[in-house]
Amino acid sequence: MPVKDYLRLRFLPHIWCPGCGHGIVMSGMIRAIEQIGLQKNEVVAVSGIGCSSRIVGYLDFHTMHTLHGRALAFATGVKLGRPDLTVIVPMGDGDALAIGGNHFIHAARRNIDLTAIIMNNRIYGMTGGQGSPMTPQGMRSTTSPRGIADPAFDIVELAKGAGASFVARTTTYHATELTRMIEKAIRHRGFSVVEVLSQCPVYYGRQNRIGNGMEMMKGFRDDTAPIGSKKKEARPDLIERGIFVDEDRPPYPGGRGGTNETTMQK
Amino acid sequence: MNPERADVRFMQGNEAVAEAALYAGLRFYAGYPITPSTEIAEILSKRLPDAGGTFIQMEDEIASLCTIIGASLTGLKVMTATSGPGFSLMQEAIGYAVMAEVPSVIVNVQRGGPSTGLPTAVAQGDVNQARWGAHGDHSIVTLTASNLQDVFLMTVEGFNMAETYRTPVILLFDEIVGHMREKVVIPKPGEIEIIERLWTSVREGTNFHPYLRREDGRLPMSAFGGVHRYNVTGLVHDMWGFPSTDPGIAYDLLHHLVDKLENRADSMAHYKEYFIDDAQVLLISYGSAARSALQMVADRRKRGAKLGLLELQSLWPFPRETVREACEGRTHILVVEMNMGQVCHEVKKVVSRPERVFLANRFDGVFISPEDILRVLNMIQGKGV
Repeated sequence: MPVKDYLRLRFLPHIWCPGCGHGIVMSGMIRAIEQIGLQKNEVVAVSGIGCSSRIVGYLDFHTMHTLHGRALAFATGVKLGRPDLTVIVPMGDGDALAIGGNHFIHAARRNIDLTAIIMNNRIYGMTGGQGSPMTPQGMRSTTSPRGIADPAFDIVELAKGAGASFVARTTTYHATELTRMIEKAIRHRGFSVVEVLSQCPVYYGRQNRIGNGMEMMKGFRDDTAPIGSKKKEARPDLIERGIFVDEDRPPYPGGRGGTNETTMQK
Repeated sequence: MNPERADVRFMQGNEAVAEAALYAGLRFYAGYPITPSTEIAEILSKRLPDAGGTFIQMEDEIASLCTIIGASLTGLKVMTATSGPGFSLMQEAIGYAVMAEVPSVIVNVQRGGPSTGLPTAVAQGDVNQARWGAHGDHSIVTLTASNLQDVFLMTVEGFNMAETYRTPVILLFDEIVGHMREKVVIPKPGEIEIIERLWTSVREGTNFHPYLRREDGRLPMSAFGGVHRYNVTGLVHDMWGFPSTDPGIAYDLLHHLVDKLENRADSMAHYKEYFIDDAQVLLISYGSAARSALQMVADRRKRGAKLGLLELQSLWPFPRETVREACEGRTHILVVEMNMGQVCHEVKKVVSRPERVFLANRFDGVFISPEDILRVLNMIQGKGV
């Protein structure tokens, strides 16, 4: 199907700034869903608040645009209410890991069968460029004019530590890899996390003089390397891309019949 | 059990809430433990899976309410239960359920004081929080009860109202009601009408508007996973669920959210009257405090004092006309509650002579007694104490 068959055309044009990476993530999501062959009625997309979370409005699925940081909690209710549906949760980095950090680690711990896509642009875009838990130490934001003091999270390590059974990282530069990873994440039974480095040229790029959208994407090309690659071996400072965890573990039982394993075995 | 005989049980208030929720068709519960509401979660963790439903203990109260809202959109009847501090955490999501018009039931078994306060003591301090806790202009349904049979009835009514008006409903009980034990007659199936969600009759392939009102004001729904795909948002939205900043759409939506409840405040109202007809002094009370008020009224009646009691079971939308009419022509109005006058203030707003409205209250974690109330009555009647 053409991409536009998955979009709600009356919601367009979108609100994203020129050069923003979120449209590439949306395209990757659509292509992944198409390749799996899911019907539009079988998919629910639940987002939080922020630029990234506006994605659900444009997608012609069952969609929820919820509260800042709470997307995974809403999605948990949808998934347990209708376990047969595919529930995808696109979020921003502040959304998922600052205000939503608690829900993130517990959704991972429970291994609920959701696909969390974190569009990591390292900044709060919609409110105008404030620091997020993913803004690297020393970088500037409107709330850290002298450079941010707090260290950033490593999403992959956090997700692994909290018990996510599928963890991957890619960037908007690697568009086909992005589609492939989202596809694998959706197919995976259990809590899947895909971190996508996405550029915010208007608020992050400009404040930190990294350049426009194109230049930031070239940065993703140059500053990342596949897991275990020669490039990474030669330059250990590069950010690794790829699938870090892919474990076959039983997902949270849920559903109308049971609540958790203890109850079910009773 | 003999089907001919009524199912009479001796149970705790929180148990009555759980049983009534199951009677009303509860299929999904998410919660976080907090005194004095915890037994509701404990009982439902056992009973709900047996009834074919889902129970999940979430990481906090915010998640609990968000989770039941998500589950409600898949077509299930949902509930969470909490107490004061947890209820505060839920306020943003209550506003979301108001805005997105998602049927949901939230039980608040109140405890004393702000903050951690008096966790195991009785209070009725969350009346205003139930009404005004969430930000922005909106209306809300809040029901309460003073005995366990009524706790059962109001819980079922809460589910019915949530489904009828597509709104969150708050069941505001208090520690005494939640923890006391009493006889409850469980109605037979069908004895109390259960209102089911109004599903759209619009067929697949035809445009479905999730927020298009019928003439009777109800909004037919379509569940996630069904044939109609739509957007649910906390933003101001049009009848498609499409976000909008159009002043006309914002005006109409906010008016709708307020009017659908406030315009029905009196027809939706639940209340009980005791010795009202010839009462010179009218007591107004609710929740466990109404039990002491009724005891005092009954005691004084035996001595010829012309007292009456209006027991409110609907707190919000405030039954303005009902209260105004009941107060008409009385020498004094005495509001009995366990806070600093949250309902008393509402009564003063609706009566023609607010200077005749007095407050008998306690907010120290001790149950207000008939003697406490009599002391205040004697003071306002100039009899000394």
